[in-house]
Amino acid sequence: RDFNERCAQCSEVNWGVTDGGRFYCRSCHNVTERTREVVNTDFITNSRVQTISKGLRKQEKNDGGCEWYICEGFQLVLKKQAEALEALGVCPEMKDEILCNFWRCYLQKSKQAYCKRPAGETVKALSVSESSTDVDSDPERPSLLHLLSLSESEGDLRTDCSFASSVSKVSESTSVYSGSVDGSLYLMKNQKEKLRMTMPMTLSFCYMALLWLREPITLSELLRFVVEGHIPYLNIFQHFPEKMKLCGLDLKIFCVESWPVYDEVFNKLHELAAFLDLPRFPDITESCFLHPDMLCMKYLMEANLPDELHNWTCRVVKKIGIGEVDFLTLTPGNKSTRKVKYDVLAAAVIVVVLKLLFLLDDRYEWLLSEFAEERNKNNTEVCIFYSGGPYFEFKKWYEVVKHTLDVEQKKLDEERAKYLWRCEKSLFYSVKNKSKVLKRRQMVVNLQNQFGKLSGSVQRAEKPNPSSFQLRWSEENTDGSCFHGHSLKGILQEKCGLLTAMNSDYWLCTVKLCNEKLCGHLAHYREVEFPHSYHFVLGLFSFLLRIQPSYIHDEVCMIEHKLFNKKLCKKLKYNTVLRK
Amino acid sequence: SSHEHKLNFKKSKEACLNYIQDALLQKQWKRAAEFLTCYVESLEKDYSRERVGPSEIIWRIGTEILWHHSQSSMKEFSCFMEQMKTLGVKRYLKVCLEHVFHLLCNGKIDEAYQNLSLAESWRFGEQTAIQDKEMKLIQAYRGLLDYYSWSKQKNILLEHGEDGFSDLAVEQEMHGYFRKAAVNLKEIIKIPGVWDVFVKCYVDLLEFYGDHNEARQVLNEYAYNSKFPANPNAHVYLYQFLKRQGESKKSLISALKILHDIVPSHELMIDFNTMLQKSKKRKKRRLGLEVIFAALDYAGWKENAKAWSCLVRQVKQIVTSEKHLDWIKQEWNPRKDWWPAFHFSRYLAKRNWQGNKSLSYEKALVAGILLGKDCKYFKYVSRQGCKAQLKRFRMLKKFVNKHNPVYLRISG
Repeated sequence: RDFNERCAQCSEVNWGVTDGGRFYCRSCHNVTERTREVVNTDFITNSRVQTISKGLRKQEKNDGGCEWYICEGFQLVLKKQAEALEALGVCPEMKDEILCNFWRCYLQKSKQAYCKRPAGETVKALSVSESSTDVDSDPERPSLLHLLSLSESEGDLRTDCSFASSVSKVSESTSVYSGSVDGSLYLMKNQKEKLRMTMPMTLSFCYMALLWLREPITLSELLRFVVEGHIPYLNIFQHFPEKMKLCGLDLKIFCVESWPVYDEVFNKLHELAAFLDLPRFPDITESCFLHPDMLCMKYLMEANLPDELHNWTCRVVKKIGIGEVDFLTLTPGNKSTRKVKYDVLAAAVIVVVLKLLFLLDDRYEWLLSEFAEERNKNNTEVCIFYSGGPYFEFKKWYEVVKHTLDVEQKKLDEERAKYLWRCEKSLFYSVKNKSKVLKRRQMVVNLQNQFGKLSGSVQRAEKPNPSSFQLRWSEENTDGSCFHGHSLKGILQEKCGLLTAMNSDYWLCTVKLCNEKLCGHLAHYREVEFPHSYHFVLGLFSFLLRIQPSYIHDEVCMIEHKLFNKKLCKKLKYNTVLRK
Repeated sequence: SSHEHKLNFKKSKEACLNYIQDALLQKQWKRAAEFLTCYVESLEKDYSRERVGPSEIIWRIGTEILWHHSQSSMKEFSCFMEQMKTLGVKRYLKVCLEHVFHLLCNGKIDEAYQNLSLAESWRFGEQTAIQDKEMKLIQAYRGLLDYYSWSKQKNILLEHGEDGFSDLAVEQEMHGYFRKAAVNLKEIIKIPGVWDVFVKCYVDLLEFYGDHNEARQVLNEYAYNSKFPANPNAHVYLYQFLKRQGESKKSLISALKILHDIVPSHELMIDFNTMLQKSKKRKKRRLGLEVIFAALDYAGWKENAKAWSCLVRQVKQIVTSEKHLDWIKQEWNPRKDWWPAFHFSRYLAKRNWQGNKSLSYEKALVAGILLGKDCKYFKYVSRQGCKAQLKRFRMLKKFVNKHNPVYLRISG
């Protein structure tokens, strides 16, 4: 069943999908009774939709492999990823309905399936067992080396290719080689036009589906789960069935050797949403997990900051309007609105609030802390209990959090250095270098055993259970290392019935915002130009979200400019401290 | 904290390597092994563009770890080396050589010999020609081990000879080893390089079999051929050989000349000075003075009584004869600014007096002549000496007082 049926009421072909999973006509808002079938996204062998007018049918080949197309491979990848997400607690709808419909829409739009293939294009199918005799006559056929050198993000594979080529001595006239039917064609396609599918893009698909369902998982979390191994990404070919043989150019497409970058996945996501002509996504309201109020609460807890700060984050969110439904909800194709990074935004709000209350100029926050320390000393326990927690001491908080952060960062750095990229199953570019690859693999395994024994009692830890919270602070600890219940009263004052900060100063991260479209950033963060406390706070959230501090800094600048919009319009001197 | 913009295989392995290096520097072998285990999969990627590839890195680091780790055995080590030999054909002989070195360090002479023989028979197309130098080294070391066997046989023979037995079999074996050793050792020392141990062994063989001409030629080549790197030991060996041969002082002196130029602080400078002093030729005596002054410029000689006594002998001779006082002046001029503090401080006077009276006597004489009788060193020592009623110190005082004008002349 595809999207091309005409609407019963208005005969248009303009479908959208309701929250309930039904198709509705966007022209006349007629909701059909049709619910989408649960599509079996298993690797389909025979019931594949006709893609080529010539109608190539699958055949079992001599080596036990079968013909398969690149997009089928990606379909399998998506399926596995969705299953993993389901195991993490995402609702089954994601896999069974949303994701597969997005995928089918993509296939249709990129003319890989569900449509008649345009006449001019034929798939030059090259199977593994085909010889190169009929190749020499075709001068247009690109060489293996040429295709391998088409630059993508996987720069490393180039070196692998030179390895492969030096071993198998690929000449210009050798047949273009892949286990899949259309591997070579795939790499040749004009990328810009049709949004060619890549491994990072599979995560964009996943996230798009998650966002549609408003699942309580942020993009940074998704990427973290990928790195931690809970969602298949690296060495994904292990999940391919035996019959699907990968070799040659397939490796360039499916075998990644770098972790996905937030920005890359994020931008592709938006490109994809526009490409698929999706309607406005379901609303992100105040009760959604992705709403800044909710995310701020989560991050405040994780950062071990007092719960009272939440009032302030909500106030900032309200004041600059970033809690509005229209601001938060994704409308594909709308170029005027800035794309929202929910997690980064929430973190940035907290940073701004900390600057509002503590100034973070490497002086004031310590003064406040001393003050609080004095007050805490003088108060008795009973007093503290009744007045709602001890005074929050920035210094203590800094020491506790820094210590934990250093430990965790060190662990993370070591994990990254110890990461094993290869797996048991080996892949080869060609049959020629298969034996060499296997020999190498054997030697690697031998060496790993030999030195593994000498590593002492250190065993590779089992994959940690996936969790949303990386840092946990318990109020039951008697050592006072949990600050959730601490009070901000030392730094607040009442003015005209409203609580305001005692701190009346604020420094802007930047006086003028850059043009994001030109240089990719709103501001350029350099550690040495900012107070150490600010850098520390950025570093904390940078760790939690696994992104560069400069991204959070960008959002902070954006928020500040919205917050102090009026004052900025007046004439300013450089580096002036503003009065609120 | 490192927030890699894009964490990929290459960066991850670079970081891994950093951890390994840190662990090695801190001698944390277990930790180094832990990270190396994670690094080895680099072998599965091609780094042909890098100067130093993972296979070489793994070989070198793995060797270090296995060598030092408490739980690793020689057997494991050899097993690892065998694997490394298969990893890079361009390095094959190098790995073999290093393996042999490690075996020798562990006393496994026989196994080392086997490995050397095996390596010698290795052929691999054009690589054999490319790795010619390493091959020569392998042959040289096998020659060295042959020499070692020869030496053992020789000792057995000598023992038996004392007891009155003669053992033909042992003798034959010994000659056999000689032939094998000589052939290889001769080859390697033709190539410019530092081959001290090979040269010594080869010369030893030649001397034993009476081929002194060849030995002399070899040593001359080794010392004087400008293609060979400057090597003090070459001259020492030559000198020792000539001495053994009972050569004339003239040739002995000429053998030590270059040694003085390159290592003025060498221990043989005493012998050199002694020979030069006694020479009839004025130039040689002049050189002798230069040699002994130069030696005493070095901190290692400060408390060498013999060296001082050499200097004293010459100085006394010059002062007494009143001839060639300008020699002393010439030698003293560049030194008069710093020798007083270096050799003749009051602190040293006390220390030398307490430590070694002969030393203080010699030094005091020199001080008295060069710095005059009023200098700290001489005053202190001579007073102490006279207090202790030691005869020679009284003589010393007399001598210096008598020749005080000399001081005035050389210091002017």
